[in-house]
Amino acid sequence: MLGSGLLQGLAVTAKNLVGSFHDPARLTTVEYPEQRTKLPEAYRNFPFLVSENATDPMGTLRCVACQICEKECPPQCIYIEKSKDKKPDATGRPQLYPTVFDIDTSVCMSCQICVEVCPFDAIKMDQVFEIATTDRFTALLLDREQLAKPNDYYHTIHPTEAAEVDARLAAERKAAAEKAAAAAAKAAAAKPAAVAGLGEAGAPGSSTPATTKPPAA
Amino acid sequence: MSAAWTNIATSAHSLLERLPLLARDFTTDWLPESARWLANSLITIATVVVAFASLFALLTIVERKVLARVQNRPGPNRVGIPFTKIKLFGLGQPLADGIKMLTKEDIVPRAADQVLHFLAPVALLAFSILTFAVIPFGRQLVPLELDAGVLYFFAAGAATELAVFMAGWASHNKYSLLAAMRALAQLISYELPLLLSIVPVVMLAGSLSTVGIVEKQAGWTWGFVPHWHVFTPWGAAGFAIFFVAALAESNRSPFDRPEAESELIAGHLTEYSGFKYALFFMAEYFGMCALCGMGVTLFLGGWQAPLPFLEIIPSYFWFAAKLLTLLFVFMWIRATLPRLRIDQLTRLAWKFLVPLALINLGVAVFWALTADWTGAIRAIRWIVAGALIVGPFVLIGRKLSSGIAPRTYRYAT
Repeated sequence: MLGSGLLQGLAVTAKNLVGSFHDPARLTTVEYPEQRTKLPEAYRNFPFLVSENATDPMGTLRCVACQICEKECPPQCIYIEKSKDKKPDATGRPQLYPTVFDIDTSVCMSCQICVEVCPFDAIKMDQVFEIATTDRFTALLLDREQLAKPNDYYHTIHPTEAAEVDARLAAERKAAAEKAAAAAAKAAAAKPAAVAGLGEAGAPGSSTPATTKPPAA
Repeated sequence: MSAAWTNIATSAHSLLERLPLLARDFTTDWLPESARWLANSLITIATVVVAFASLFALLTIVERKVLARVQNRPGPNRVGIPFTKIKLFGLGQPLADGIKMLTKEDIVPRAADQVLHFLAPVALLAFSILTFAVIPFGRQLVPLELDAGVLYFFAAGAATELAVFMAGWASHNKYSLLAAMRALAQLISYELPLLLSIVPVVMLAGSLSTVGIVEKQAGWTWGFVPHWHVFTPWGAAGFAIFFVAALAESNRSPFDRPEAESELIAGHLTEYSGFKYALFFMAEYFGMCALCGMGVTLFLGGWQAPLPFLEIIPSYFWFAAKLLTLLFVFMWIRATLPRLRIDQLTRLAWKFLVPLALINLGVAVFWALTADWTGAIRAIRWIVAGALIVGPFVLIGRKLSSGIAPRTYRYAT
């Protein structure tokens, strides 16, 4: 009969109205600042710099200031200045490091391209969304101190991805160590010959075997 | 002992019943006789306006809460007492909204008619407040006792349509003008079923006075069925028609055509901001309250208690309870029904509600002519009157919805 659909609809809304009071499971929202839902692992926005050690974030940044991300960034929100000296990186090779690493989050569009082009797993996507500030000029320009976050933090926000990165880095480190050991053994074996014939070519190779190889091919 | 107890109870009850009047007389007692009449009227007006303005404030938060609960959300619950952690379920929200509305910039378009643009919300509010004058809020509590109170109410209520069109015309905006024209079409269409649905009440009560109509609904059959008009066949049908028309008259969902934001921005409110915008909303809620109050008065027994022993509770409480119930149903319907299209809306009025209201007039005539039937043939009276209403309802409904309902969906169930 005419009107029965209206009554059915009213019954549905009444059921929801009453149900929302006695059945908390019905409520689809949370009281945000006090309650929070866990973000999905795939959620990402704004990049951060991974450091190996939380106690010395600036000394253990994975970034080697290669500036690939700076060049690839579509909105060009990254600014990097290279260091003059070198420090050992994640795989133990001496590398440059960024003396300045700025990201302008007011320009950043969270596209993840910097993460995809980074050969050193040094920049990753963060899960921050409470980034409102009272100063839109300087407070949104993050420097390397603000950007650096330890690897542990990376594990908490993207566990699967972080485990995979750690495994890969460990494998690289192991390979580099084996290569170094092999090179050292080779150098040791070649030494008697080198002493006899090719003294000027073997000497630098035996002292720093890693630097002569191209980094992480 | 029990007689003394009853005596005390009765006097306490009558004291409570007359409390608003006593309070008014107490405050104006010191004035000379000539000034007392004016002071009493002013106090009455102030009380009504303040009471309904606070009801408006309460309704805004309650409506948002109800809508939220229907959608399984908690609704606004943050604003409580300022500078404290006390939240009071968000009851401070209307205050915050009011401050926000007051502090917002009041923009008047350069091309707008400055005078009309200002007058429209004022006129709308004024006409809405006028309608409260004849509603009996309690046994002695009617601001203005008019012999033709019902006529006055609907005349003042119809004048709000003028204000809506004023707003649309003065804004000098095509959306405003289109919306105002739609609003006018809608309001005039629904004015007809609204008035036709109350004609039986006036006919059977034999009075246009709201006070008289309420007094006609006193008493109980068998001691528990109130003599409210809604408990008669013509009254039930009349109330249903009145209710639908009242929804449309107060621009409430599913008839909120004039402010269909998807096609008309904000309707006739497009060029209004700040406190003028708030005034429009206030007027809309006032109109809604007034129409609900009129519905209570005409069909739901006004301030009469539903059961004899409940008369111990003052009459104005019963009026408030019925009014709030009706307002809740308004919200419930808003939470349920989608908006009608303009052609569906006018078709509902002209092809469905108006014929039914006219038939209902005939049923009321039958009811009035058979008032002296007693005993077993009273059942026949009920059956005939009921059939005269349900029959046309089913037939017209079937004819109107043939080929339209029930809608079948190809891909959804």
